[in-house]
Amino acid sequence: MNTFLDSFTFMGGHLGLLLGKAWSHLVLSAAAFVVALVIAAPLGIWLGHRRRGGFIAISVSNVGRALPSLALIAIFLGLLGIGFTNVLVALVIMAVPPILTNAYLAVEQVDPDLVRAARGMGLTPWQILFRIELPLALPVLFTGIRIAVVYVISSATLAAVAGGGGLGDIILNQVAYGLSGVIAAALWVAVLALVADALLGMVRKLLTPRGVRHLGNDGASSR
Amino acid sequence: MANQGQSAAEIVFDRATKVYRGAPAPAVDELSMTVPAGEICVLLGPSGSGKTTALTMVNRLVEPTSGDIRIDGVSVAEQDATGLRRRIGYVIQQIGLFPHMTIEENVATVPQVLGWKRDRIRDRVRELLDLVGLPPREYGGRYPAQLSGGQRQRVGIARALAADPPVMLMDEPFGALDPITREHMQDEFLRLHEQVRKTTLFVSHDMDEAVKMGDRIAIFREGGHLVQYDAPERILTAPADDFVARFIGADRGLKALTLRRVGDLPLEPADATPDTAPLAATETLHTALSALMTSGTDRLPVADGDGRLVGTVTLDLIRAEAGRPAPHEGEVA
Repeated sequence: MNTFLDSFTFMGGHLGLLLGKAWSHLVLSAAAFVVALVIAAPLGIWLGHRRRGGFIAISVSNVGRALPSLALIAIFLGLLGIGFTNVLVALVIMAVPPILTNAYLAVEQVDPDLVRAARGMGLTPWQILFRIELPLALPVLFTGIRIAVVYVISSATLAAVAGGGGLGDIILNQVAYGLSGVIAAALWVAVLALVADALLGMVRKLLTPRGVRHLGNDGASSR
Repeated sequence: MANQGQSAAEIVFDRATKVYRGAPAPAVDELSMTVPAGEICVLLGPSGSGKTTALTMVNRLVEPTSGDIRIDGVSVAEQDATGLRRRIGYVIQQIGLFPHMTIEENVATVPQVLGWKRDRIRDRVRELLDLVGLPPREYGGRYPAQLSGGQRQRVGIARALAADPPVMLMDEPFGALDPITREHMQDEFLRLHEQVRKTTLFVSHDMDEAVKMGDRIAIFREGGHLVQYDAPERILTAPADDFVARFIGADRGLKALTLRRVGDLPLEPADATPDTAPLAATETLHTALSALMTSGTDRLPVADGDGRLVGTVTLDLIRAEAGRPAPHEGEVA
């Protein structure tokens, strides 16, 4: 218990260090997330729009979940050496599956009758995608994004193993920072992940179209 | 709103055939018929008789394997599918309102993709919501989830009419509604059709609905064969074969009575002092027969719209009328 309290003393004494490490932690996480989003979201949306490739989308996700991040980093040590790139690639590989799967499911679950009605009215495939499918898919798509973000922020801790920097530098170096330092940095990682999750939760609410907001969420629908 | 904008168009099926890939038999087999401009043609038949396939070949959601469909003389195959669909109103049973858009936005969909000016879209949307009995002030800003099933289908119809298409395709539009709402919507649509006179193809599997809605009925059999294409009265009184007779039901004689009005009978002279309440001359023979049955008599007084007695309807008169064949109208083209 003392060590736990000491961790707050550590925070007070090493605020600059923590802020610096937290910043590099966030930069690494953000980079990995953006790369994963750019790869996975369009692919998942496209597969969902075509209502094909569900097997791929789900399989990638399952394989991704089964791969331990530490093992990935170890594998890429051999291929990419030590440093930012190695860790970035490993984090991207972990962030892709939840985004890909949810993007696919989000678009695929849009009622096919709506798509049929839209086609029958003479909307082009792009108009169907941007006017109908994407607005209705956003909430589920965002669930995948939240999972990926939390995943990346917590896993970025392991970057320290391969010289990627971040709060992991403190957590994995008990010799230098002591147990209280380890706990302090771990708490910061947790808080970062929670804050990111809460922020994305708020964005998700804003992006959910008004007409469907009251459908499932508060049960006030008059169906 | 009178008949404005584009007028209705004639639809011609010319040996239109659809064979789905891997299917042993055609879904629609050499369908040839002509739907005159402004009429409602009901495509009627059991499941698997190809009526929805026939309907969706018109807006090219299904492409014919062979044969042709022409709207106002122009083959649909020669037209850009997207542009073609924007000139055809399409209503489906599931309605398919976009849940994230307001009622106004839903109705505005096609005018928007056609690039109409904002003022024109707004005016058109309000006009249509009024037309289908949903005051735009009250309903325009609501979302589909806030409407009842019948109200949603009204929006579906308004949306299909938005760009004033000369042709309407309706695929069991009232099939998911409860019987009372369905009947109400049928009446509403007939009233609407009086005003806008779109050439309408209307898929149904309900004989009563077909008799009520159709200027003509096309009866399909399994395998996508058109077996009879005729006015409702002709189908009821002169079914083409056993299949049609069985499909329209053993009570077809009674159903035929729903197509004739008491006022059209050669009524017997009015009794001086009738002892029962009179029937309106605008009632159907079906209703008159029912009234005779429940009254326990074999004659009832008939009154016109002003309540004046115009004559007497009797069981014998109805029986004689029911046995009379209908005038010959259309045939399979």
